[in-house]
Parts: sequence; C-alpha cells; structure tokens
Amino acid sequence: MDEQPDKTSTADPAAEPAVAPPPAPAPEPVAAPGPGAPSAEVLKAEQLSVYYGPKLAVQGVDMTIPTNNIVALIGPSGCGKSTILRCYNRMNDLVKTARIEGKVLYHGADLYSSHVDPVEVRKHIGMVFQQPNPFPKSIYDNIAFGPRVLRMKVDMDEVVERCLHQAALWDEVKDRLKQSALGLSGGQQQRLCIARALATSPDVLLMDEPCSALDPVATARIEDLMQELRKLYTIVIVTHNMQQAIRVADRTAFFTVEVPSDGDRYGVLAEFGDTDQVFNNPIDERTKRYVSGEFG
Amino acid sequence: MASTKKTEVGAAPDPAASLRRQRVRWGEKLIFVVLVLCALVSVVTTIGIVVALVSPTIDFFQQVPIWRFFSTEEWAPTFEPAMFGVWPVVVGTFNVTFWALVIAVPCGLGAAIFMSEYASERVRKVVKPTLEVLEGIPTVAYGFFALTFVTPLLRDNWPSFLGEPPGIFSAGSAGIVLGIMIIPTVASIAEDAMHSVPNSLRQGAYALGSTKRQVALKVVVPAALSGIVAAFVLGISRAVGETMVVLLAAGNTPNLTISPVESIQTMTAFIANTATGDIGVGTLKYNTIFAVGSLLFIITFTMNYFAARVVRRYREAYD
Ligand SMILES: Nc1ncnc2c1ncn2[C@@H]1O[C@H](COP(=O)(O)OP(=O)(O)O)[C@@H](O)[C@H]1O
Ligand SMILES: [Mg+2]
Repeated sequence: MDEQPDKTSTADPAAEPAVAPPPAPAPEPVAAPGPGAPSAEVLKAEQLSVYYGPKLAVQGVDMTIPTNNIVALIGPSGCGKSTILRCYNRMNDLVKTARIEGKVLYHGADLYSSHVDPVEVRKHIGMVFQQPNPFPKSIYDNIAFGPRVLRMKVDMDEVVERCLHQAALWDEVKDRLKQSALGLSGGQQQRLCIARALATSPDVLLMDEPCSALDPVATARIEDLMQELRKLYTIVIVTHNMQQAIRVADRTAFFTVEVPSDGDRYGVLAEFGDTDQVFNNPIDERTKRYVSGEFG
Repeated sequence: MASTKKTEVGAAPDPAASLRRQRVRWGEKLIFVVLVLCALVSVVTTIGIVVALVSPTIDFFQQVPIWRFFSTEEWAPTFEPAMFGVWPVVVGTFNVTFWALVIAVPCGLGAAIFMSEYASERVRKVVKPTLEVLEGIPTVAYGFFALTFVTPLLRDNWPSFLGEPPGIFSAGSAGIVLGIMIIPTVASIAEDAMHSVPNSLRQGAYALGSTKRQVALKVVVPAALSGIVAAFVLGISRAVGETMVVLLAAGNTPNLTISPVESIQTMTAFIANTATGDIGVGTLKYNTIFAVGSLLFIITFTMNYFAARVVRRYREAYD
C-alpha cells in the first residue's frame, strides 16, 4: 500500500510541464483551470430545484463550486445529494420523470439551455459511481472507451498509461492491460473507473459515494488519489461519511430534509462553506445537530 | 400410518404435543412425485429417441457403408438404383438455414435492441408478449405463407441482374419464411440477454459522453454477446429441425446447391416425405429415414449443447 511512487509520479503542482507522469504531458486538464479565460467558478447552481414527476425532491439550491477544489455533499440519505450531483452532468435526463427548475451554470454557461447537448456536457464533466461499474472488457478497452466513443484523436496507449498513472493503478495493472477488468478487486475497479473518467479529459469529476462499496484500505487510496487529482480537476463528491468529508474536502455542503406539516418531505441545502467552518463552527442549527451526531 | 391418524384425532391441548408432526403430508409427497415425473418425461423421451434411432441406424450402415453415405454426392435412396450420398439433403438443410439467418440475424437483433434499449417500458410490455405469441403460430401456416405469398412476390419482383428468378419451389423462399418464423425466438432470447445487462454499465457509458446508439452497440450488445449468440444458435436449431415450411415451399428435389432460387430437399423434408404408411419396417428405405434422423439429431443436439454452454457462461458473468 505504498502510495509514494504514485504521488510523486502523478502530479507536481509547482511545475506545470512536469505535471504528467513519465510518458507524456496532460495538456487539457492543466490548461482548463489556468489563469485567464475559464472562470474560477466551475459550476454554479442557482435556485436549483429538482422534481421527480410531481414530487419535489430538492428545493432552491444555491451553490458555487470553485476551480480545483474538492467539494463534499453530505447529509442524511434521501436529502437529494445524488439528485443534485446528477444535475451537474445532466445524468438526471436519463430519469424520464426528472425535471429541474432554476439554473446550473458551467463556466457561466447554462447547462440546461435548450441548445446544450447533454452528451457534450458529459464529455466535460465526468462521473464515478457508488458501485464500481467497469465494462466487461479489458482494462485497456475500459479506459479507451471514452476517447473512442468521442472519436478523440489521441495516442491511445499514451492516454491509457497516463490515466492509469493518475488513478494510481498503473503499477498494479501494467502487465495485464489486456485482461478483463472484472478480474480486479473492488478498490482497483473503482480506481479503474476513475481512470476511465479521466480519459476523456474532463475538468470536473463528480463522485457519488465512490468509497461506500470499498474497504478502509481501498478507501484511503482513493482519498489520497483525490488529493492528487484536485491539482488538475475540480471534484464534487457525495459522501455519507463525515470523516471522509473532513479528510478530503475543501468545502462542504450540508443537505437536510425539510418535513413540511402539510406535504411531502424534500431536501434543502442547509449550509455551505469551508469544511473547517461547517464542521467546527456551523451556523445552521440543523448542521450543528448533524455534525455533532445528534441528527436522527 | 393408522397410528399417526390417531394422534391427530386425539390431539391434546398440550402445547408441546401440538408441535408434533401430526400426519404425513400426502399432498406434498404426491406433488413431489408428479413434478419429478414431469421432469423425467423429457429426459426419458430423449433417451427413448436415441434408443429408437440407434438400431435402425446400425442396420442401415450394415447395408450401406458409412463412406458411401458421406463421400458420394447423389441422394436417391428411394429410386433404382438407390444412391446414398447424404450431402445434398445436408446442404439443402443448411441452404435454407443460411437464408433464414440472413433474415433472422439482422431482424432478430434489431428487434431485441429496440425492445431492450429504445422502447419505453409500456411499448416493451406489449411488444414482447406479442412476439412470443407469434412463436405459437403453426408452422404449416408459415408454409402456405411462403408458397402463396413470398414465392410469387419474389418471382414477380426478381431483379434481372440477379439472374434466373426462383421457381415455384425454392430454397430462398422457404429460407426467408423460416427466418421470419424464428425472429420471435431469436429476438425474445436476445432481448432477455440484453435486458439483464446491468443498468450501471449503461450509466457508466452515458457518463463518458456516449450517445444512446453507442450505449446500445458498444456496451449492451457486447456485454450480452454470449446470450445473443445462444439466441441465434437456438434459432438455427429450430430452422434446421423445421419440416412443414420446407416441405411446402422448398420443393423436394435433392440438390447439392446453396443457390436460393433452386428447389432443394432438406433432411426433415426427406424424412417426412418418405415416412409414409406403406413403408415396410426393416426395409432399407425404412432404415434410411432413421440414419438421416440420427444425423439430424446429432447436428441439432450438438448445436443446442454448445448454445447451452454459452448461455451458462454469460449467466455467470452477471449474477
Ligand atoms: N429516479 C428517481 N425517481 C423518483 N424519485 C427519486 C429518484 N431518485 C431519487 N428520488 C427521490 O429523490 C429524493 C432524493 O434522492 P437522492 O438524491 O438519491 O438522495 P441521497 O443521494 O441524498 O440519498 C428521495 O426522496 C428519492 O426517493
Ligand atoms: Mg445517493
């Protein structure tokens, strides 16, 4: 479980040209958050409400996600963390009944504007799921999948190697790239899924409880990995584990459930701030109760 | 058993005694036995078929050397002089099966992809049972459909650059209709395979910027491939074993050809055509039917065996 070689090889924040692992540079992710053009606000939700059919799931979320940050979404289950996360790459479009109100801005552009293609959105905003979901293909083909469907003109061997390095998986699989990804352990599969998401050079990674199916050792590896990745990408992670939020996140959003006396329950964003502040000095009463473990 | 009955009658209000087994549950045992018998019927039948086939087949090969069966090219077992080269009817079978596959592979796969990936749940709930009902249409109906609809259609619209149009009886017409006939089987089994591909794989592909078509063709179809292959093998087995359509539409002329426009004879058509009431038990003609039947049995059995193995492997991959 020695993370050292991976850490040093994955990225060096000080020197941009040296960022890439041995083979070749990783131009896109580095360029994205660079000075100038792209805003410091990668994603921004404005009065975002989500409905499933007639049922309100989450109401009125305002949340700005800054570049090269790790933002954790926490809260009791059913409060809409996954729902909000899936708005950021329009995965909610796959749920027939889902409907949103409000806005989601990506570098200032409205993701839900009528001329935005959700397929294009997902090229820029990658996602890692709760259960590792590698395709029943080889390790190599799993990573090459994204660039191939997007018809990216890239040196595929180079992309595969770079992504596996970035996901701290290269050393473990470099001799078995042509073997089925289903033969990897759960933790390796999840890192493969992260590598797969990186292969399309997104600038945001959405992670929905990426460690909940993993043991503590594999979890620790993924958390270390996130620290490396945040130098190049912006990460939004849903977690049910408050300790994990404290360990990895720069900012934390606490969602909770409103139970109106006359209707169905729905989720709201109770508090959003620096992780330190949210856990040690919460402003909202509900946050205070939740982080101190009193919440039901 | 009388004693158990007594216990039942005299059941005391003693709570511990009430837990005792009061009587043998004859109903349960009966159902068990009936169910086992049901399961045995097909096994016993298979064994019975093999046994019934073996003895006349052996008799046949004592009269006709096996090399003559497999290395001569003329099939005329009921004529004088009788010829026993089996290839014309074997090739006839595969001729028809080939044209059936030309229809059934694209249509069956297309229908399966549509039902599994594109149709809404409501449409799927209607289309799938409908397809399965189609499996129940008597094959003789398909035979007449071939003879009275497809054959004239082909003959009237045959493009001249393809050469001679098909005759009244043709392998192609029978094959096309066989193909249509097995589409429901193929589509339904292939759809089962595709439907059991976990949704998480589709989500993973969408999250990488795939379109719906890419998700269907690059994730779902490859993931379900062994099930899809099995669907085709079962479809082929049905086509190979089918009798009525070929008997009615393909003619009855042993013909070593893969041309769709010619009249051919399949193994099944030969058997059905020859096994008439006046055939004498133990005659060479009689034994010939069993020899061809054995060959057919071996061919379909082998294919089904491999299909079953492939299906099992794909089940293991996802359960
Ligand atoms: N596909 C869906 N269809 C209908 N309701 C859904 C769907 N997904 C989530 N919901 C509802 O939306 C609410 C928020 O769910 P979710 O975002 O999964 O919460 P969390 O991730 O915080 O546990 C819940 O009440 C849930 O029942
Ligand atoms: Mg969730």
